[in-house]
Amino acid sequence: MSKLRSVCTATLSLVLLAASSASAQGTVKVGVLHSLTGTMAISEITVANAAQLAIDEINAAGGVMGRKIVVVKEDGASDWPTFATKAEKLLTQDRVATVFGGWTSASRKSMLPVFEKNGGLLFYPVQFEGNECSPNIIYTGAQPNQQALPALEWALSKGYKKIFLLGSDYVYPRTANLILKKHIAAKKATLSGEEYVALGGTEFSSVINKIKAAKPDVIINTLNGDSNVSFFKQYQAAGYKASTLPVISFSIAEQEAQAIGTGLLNGQYATWNYFQSLPNPANKKFVAAYQKKYGAGAAITDPMAHAYMDVYLWKAAVEKAKSFEPMAVRKAIVGISMDSPLGRITVAPNGSLTQAVYTGVSGAGGQFRVVAQSKGVVKPEPYDKLAFPGKTCP
Amino acid sequence: MKLSTSTMAVIAVLIALAFAPLYLGAYPLTLLGRVLALSIAAVGVMVVWGRAGILSLGQGLFFGLGGYALAMHLKLVATPRGELPDFMLYNGVEALPWFWAPFASAPFALAMVLILPAAAAGLVAWLMFRRRITGVYVSIITQALLLAFVTWLNGSQGLTSGTNGVTDFQTFLGVNLRGPNVANGLYWVTLLFVALALCGTALLLRTPFGAILTAIRDNENRTRFLGFNPAAFKIAAFMLGGLLAGVSGALYTLHLGTISPAMIGTAFSIELVVWVALGGRASLIGAAAGLVLGQLVKDRISSAAPDAWLYVMGSLFVLVVLVMPQGVAGLLQGRRRPAPLPTPPSPLTREVSDAV
Amino acid sequence: MDFTFISGQLFTGLSVGSILLLAALGLALSFGLMRVINMAHGEFLMVGGYLTYLAAQWAGPTLGDAYLWVAFPLAFLGAALLGAVMEFTVIRRLYGRPLDTLLATFGISLILQQAARQLFGSTGVPVTAPAWLGGALQLGDVTLPFVRLFVIALALIVLGGMWWLLNRSRFGMHVRAVNQNREMAAALGVNTRSLDLLVFALGAGVAGAAGVGLALIAPVNPTVGAAYIVNAFLVVVVGGVGSVLGGAVAAVLLGFVTALAEGFTSVSLAQAILLVLVVAFLQWKPRGLIPTKSRALEEA
Repeated sequence: MSKLRSVCTATLSLVLLAASSASAQGTVKVGVLHSLTGTMAISEITVANAAQLAIDEINAAGGVMGRKIVVVKEDGASDWPTFATKAEKLLTQDRVATVFGGWTSASRKSMLPVFEKNGGLLFYPVQFEGNECSPNIIYTGAQPNQQALPALEWALSKGYKKIFLLGSDYVYPRTANLILKKHIAAKKATLSGEEYVALGGTEFSSVINKIKAAKPDVIINTLNGDSNVSFFKQYQAAGYKASTLPVISFSIAEQEAQAIGTGLLNGQYATWNYFQSLPNPANKKFVAAYQKKYGAGAAITDPMAHAYMDVYLWKAAVEKAKSFEPMAVRKAIVGISMDSPLGRITVAPNGSLTQAVYTGVSGAGGQFRVVAQSKGVVKPEPYDKLAFPGKTCP
Repeated sequence: MKLSTSTMAVIAVLIALAFAPLYLGAYPLTLLGRVLALSIAAVGVMVVWGRAGILSLGQGLFFGLGGYALAMHLKLVATPRGELPDFMLYNGVEALPWFWAPFASAPFALAMVLILPAAAAGLVAWLMFRRRITGVYVSIITQALLLAFVTWLNGSQGLTSGTNGVTDFQTFLGVNLRGPNVANGLYWVTLLFVALALCGTALLLRTPFGAILTAIRDNENRTRFLGFNPAAFKIAAFMLGGLLAGVSGALYTLHLGTISPAMIGTAFSIELVVWVALGGRASLIGAAAGLVLGQLVKDRISSAAPDAWLYVMGSLFVLVVLVMPQGVAGLLQGRRRPAPLPTPPSPLTREVSDAV
Repeated sequence: MDFTFISGQLFTGLSVGSILLLAALGLALSFGLMRVINMAHGEFLMVGGYLTYLAAQWAGPTLGDAYLWVAFPLAFLGAALLGAVMEFTVIRRLYGRPLDTLLATFGISLILQQAARQLFGSTGVPVTAPAWLGGALQLGDVTLPFVRLFVIALALIVLGGMWWLLNRSRFGMHVRAVNQNREMAAALGVNTRSLDLLVFALGAGVAGAAGVGLALIAPVNPTVGAAYIVNAFLVVVVGGVGSVLGGAVAAVLLGFVTALAEGFTSVSLAQAILLVLVVAFLQWKPRGLIPTKSRALEEA
């Protein structure tokens, strides 16, 4: 059995090797590694779609440096070891030029050693908790100072002084809230409570009872996924609404808003670097192209816009470096600037984006209307100066 | 037992495995190493379930203890002297927690890889079997304990790094884990442990200890009336299962370069049991091979058709118990001599159900 | 910790207990009678939730909020039918092999979850409670949402119905007889095979109806069943196998323990505390609160 396997494997890899060397001139392979099954699939499939859309567009326009992009799509299956295993496969067996992928921090953390060991390059499109700065990862989602802190400032500017922090029990909410607490104290506002519910948790009566006792002005919500559905159902049943106790969420985008239902979410806030409703021309083109390919009603979210743009960023960096070699691309990408669906963005030396921040209010059809935006663009700070003094990217 | 064809086949497979780094590509070798590491936990399941008749759905607990014991050491080694592991800093922890400190020593950590899971398994087993808790109760309790452990790991982010798990290792016993030639070495070390686990367990099960375990599985009360204390034997078997899971967890952590709560949860623990069932719960080789082949097939199918995978997996669960309760090993053996069911229905129940 | 907060938490305990009870009643029934561990029980809740969604889609436009009264029978029958099919094709082949049943039903739960994912998408579907459940009863400073009261009432009705069925009907007499001594009951002419089928389908149906109640306060998605299954098992184990009354007491007890643990520590710690307490409790009473008495040496 095993011998047969080894013979088969050997033959297969020989064939593949021959085939790939024969075709090496005309194409370049990239990996797309997202959860296509399991609990994270709902969020990640559409992100993978957005990356695919960008790749198709680039191929239709002639490819990168004259080479067509060939996608190797792998399923992370919402399982962190699987992400590491598949990353290893993409880098060592498929020998891809770069990988677009990941959503949860845990999946990124489990892929990180694989990319560092094999000298690969990963584009990570989701907002995260910072405190990490691998030379092998381009973090294009929001750093805490590009989502959490602007949201806090906006809340304070509206006169909300008593703040309740509610999140799912994992690294992003806990770290984001740690940073927020430092800033709440520094701004002389009041932290009226902090609670975490297990990932996927559906029971919020105790939380709501605690909120009732704490009487906050605003809730900053970092709940993940379907816990939001339970929370908003039970929040509404307890007699709350956006006008009496507003909620600012960091993990509810257009797609989640559709699933929660407008009836529950109407008038609540979200903070992101991107909303589907942004009026810039690059976004209009992106939305039209995506909906043409994946259905007219398809919701488009911040991580999708980041994933779409990541492919174009990689293309620009490859063309600047005149090489597909990952570390050369990493070097070349710093300073690249482009008009994307998110508006004007620039890659900072630490591998994250200088980008704008928007706060939106939820309305019909799961869309958000922008009510506030940052003054110009915000520079990415992986380590918050108040919470983690003295830490910087190497 | 003479050198039968099956023994020859096993030897041939072992030789093929031993030389795998010479003919396998980098990725297939990594994958094979990982699933071999997991197969040690499968051997543990075979002892606990196939032999002692205890279905534990919480093997991830012991797997995790072994993995975390090693991971804590690796994390401390990767942290500059006098500093705290990075995730502690980010969670506002100011001093190294007392239970982390001794793991800076490699001998201590390696001893803990063995002692922690075995001791935890012993304690859990003592609590359960002392009160004669059996059957599905054991399954539910072990699952509940595993869930409690995972919940605690997730919730104590400053101490355990929460959902992210412990990551970012550099060296182990002076070896650079990201060096170029580590893969082959790690593979051979894993294979050595697999061979040790298989041989050790096989020898142990051939002693009277193994025979009494079988007796307990088939009829606990009769064994008790014969003057044996089933609890003591079950505790011992459970500890062995825990120990093997722990070793497996530590090796898997080395292979993956990280350990996190999601890797040890209920899904992992139940899947482990199913691969053992598929291979053959009463056969050592069957259990290990079931896990290895099952995982390899999973890798292929889940890449090619992610949506279909859960259907395949679900149907496997049903088909294995319905059609071949003794797994593939049972089918192969069945051609020569019929093997008895490991968990036979009580005689009365069987007569009645046959009659109706 | 003031009075309002504590009374709020007590209500939370009752509310959580009622949900646990709804999730666990069907399980207690089939576990008690057939000693079958049904890992797919949570998926009956899920099916109930999706049928509520479909009822709202089909009947909502014409009936408005009254769709709920269509949802209950639909969910009950749909889940019961699924349960009957499951019993007939798989479970009855595995009687006397509880551990194998556990594995097989886990496989079925995987298949059902994936089927739901492909039919309805992994996001889950929106179900909105009828407007008349939107308000809340105000007792002093304590708010009792109508939807929570509705779920508590639903749990009481289901519990009462089941009590009547088991203790006052001929069917219930047969169930109790088989529960105490299967062979003797069979010898006296009870058709245990069809009884098993009926009881399993009934348990599934109850879970389906419970799924309607859950849909009002929790999401309807492929994994919602899995979220409740472990706690439902804890209720059955703490209550004592096969005891509906024990299950009810255990559910309320676990509800209060959860509410107090969540109220006085943090919500994230409460689940771990609950699990450890249950294991400790089983040290004290390994057969649960209200064990079924039996002279048999070996319990299957």
